Amino acid sequence: MATDLHGTVIPRTAVRVRGLTRSFDGRPVIDGLDLALRAGEFTVLLGRSGCGKSTLLRILAGLDREIEGEVLVPERRAVAFQAPRLMPWKRVWRNVLLGLPGRPERERAERALAEVGLEHRVDAWPKTLSGGEAQRASLARALVREPDLLLLDEPFGALDALTRIKAQRLVAELWQRRGCAVLLVTHDVDEAVLLADRVLVMDEGRISCDVQVPLDRPRSAGDPGFADLRTRLLAELGVG
Amino acid sequence: MSIGHAPPDISPVAGSDPVEPSPAGDTADTSPALVPVTPSSARRRSVPRWARRTAGPLLLLALWQLASTFGALPADTLAPPSTIATAGARLIGDGTLPAAMGISLQRVAIGLLLGGTVGTALALLSGLSRLGEDLIDASVQMLRTVPWVGLIPLFIIWMGIGEAPKVALIALGTAFHLYLNVYAGIRGVDEQLIEAGGSLGLGRWGLVRHVVLPGALPGFMTGLRYSLATAWLALVFGESINADAGIGFLMNQAREFFRTDVIVVCLVVYAFLGLTADLVVRALERLLLQWRPTFTGQ
Repeated sequence: MATDLHGTVIPRTAVRVRGLTRSFDGRPVIDGLDLALRAGEFTVLLGRSGCGKSTLLRILAGLDREIEGEVLVPERRAVAFQAPRLMPWKRVWRNVLLGLPGRPERERAERALAEVGLEHRVDAWPKTLSGGEAQRASLARALVREPDLLLLDEPFGALDALTRIKAQRLVAELWQRRGCAVLLVTHDVDEAVLLADRVLVMDEGRISCDVQVPLDRPRSAGDPGFADLRTRLLAELGVG
Repeated sequence: MSIGHAPPDISPVAGSDPVEPSPAGDTADTSPALVPVTPSSARRRSVPRWARRTAGPLLLLALWQLASTFGALPADTLAPPSTIATAGARLIGDGTLPAAMGISLQRVAIGLLLGGTVGTALALLSGLSRLGEDLIDASVQMLRTVPWVGLIPLFIIWMGIGEAPKVALIALGTAFHLYLNVYAGIRGVDEQLIEAGGSLGLGRWGLVRHVVLPGALPGFMTGLRYSLATAWLALVFGESINADAGIGFLMNQAREFFRTDVIVVCLVVYAFLGLTADLVVRALERLLLQWRPTFTGQ
């Protein structure tokens, strides 16, 4: 388990960013950012919309390369976007295997889909999936790559309240089983406190707040300490 | 809407049961009349679908026959359906019609293949690369606006009056439809899917094969439909000048002898061929675009 690893091994670094700047039309969205993420740690990046958090995730994913500064990331990394972004013309299992090197076996997709509870939808067309199912398929597609760094860009944003709770639990479970570093970008403070080892708050292109979350897992909103942390983070976001 | 200041009366009525609310005083008068919601399975089951679909054409045919029989429609203006049926049977019987159809079909097939290949290839070049777009798109857009029927005299001068100008005319008419629709299909592929493909490790060729081309397939099918419609049109134009075989030739010959029955037989054949082509495209769409859920009507 990822949490156990920390006690026995010196925490390795999963991401190292030094002096990162990304500008759009001369206006810096990320401005001289320094950041290090530890391997196996679940980090949540919080921020108001337009604060540069999604841009940072896209840079770490290698999708945005017009940058200045130093960015070191693991070679094996995977992204799950807010929209599932499944290819509608490929059945679910082919979507999961898309882009893997060589000729991967169908069983590999089946195993990954079983892990997210989608073993009954292996042969389905993506457009026949419900919102939650499509998001889980997208998660399976990320996990089948066995990433050292899993990047999640508001993956629960488009889900209804009940499906979101299930999906959050699933992500927590998968992370504990896989032990990879996770960076989850969201604007939902409860979600951050529920899932994170460490919460980063981003404001005007910099990390304005860096908090470790000492609460035991599994967590719920009623736990002591939950509300305090929630209030503090909301204050950091200027909604306190 | 009325806003009262007194709190609403929510006290339960004694002895009320949840399914059948007791009519409490004056509210009984204002409650709306209830109508049953009929399940869709109970509605309109009497006439099967195919019968409804064939009823319209059959009615039209009957009207036509009646008009001819009672003299409203003279036979030398438009022959009655019965005469046309006999003429059709005779043309099929002596092998004239099958032979003409074979030749016409061959022209359409070659022209469509040629035009389709050229149109699709150009669309791929200009859709997939910016260099290709700069070199090709402007020229194609310019040539597209020239009415292709106007090129017939030029084609005859260049290629004579054999098969070549007819096939070329069909190819020209179909190429632009495929070019425009495949190009639009490629450029209409969701940028987010391309980005997702990139993040999954697909290279340039992988993106083209797994994301761009399947995404452009609906555009290709639309282009194919338009192409087929234009191909028949081009065939009629091509065969009405200097043809010595084919359906168009048969029609021209009939015109010289005032045989409206043969002309109508040829028109029916055109309609039949067009319908068959449409069925083929529909079958292709069902096969290739099965991932796309579509609205099928109510």
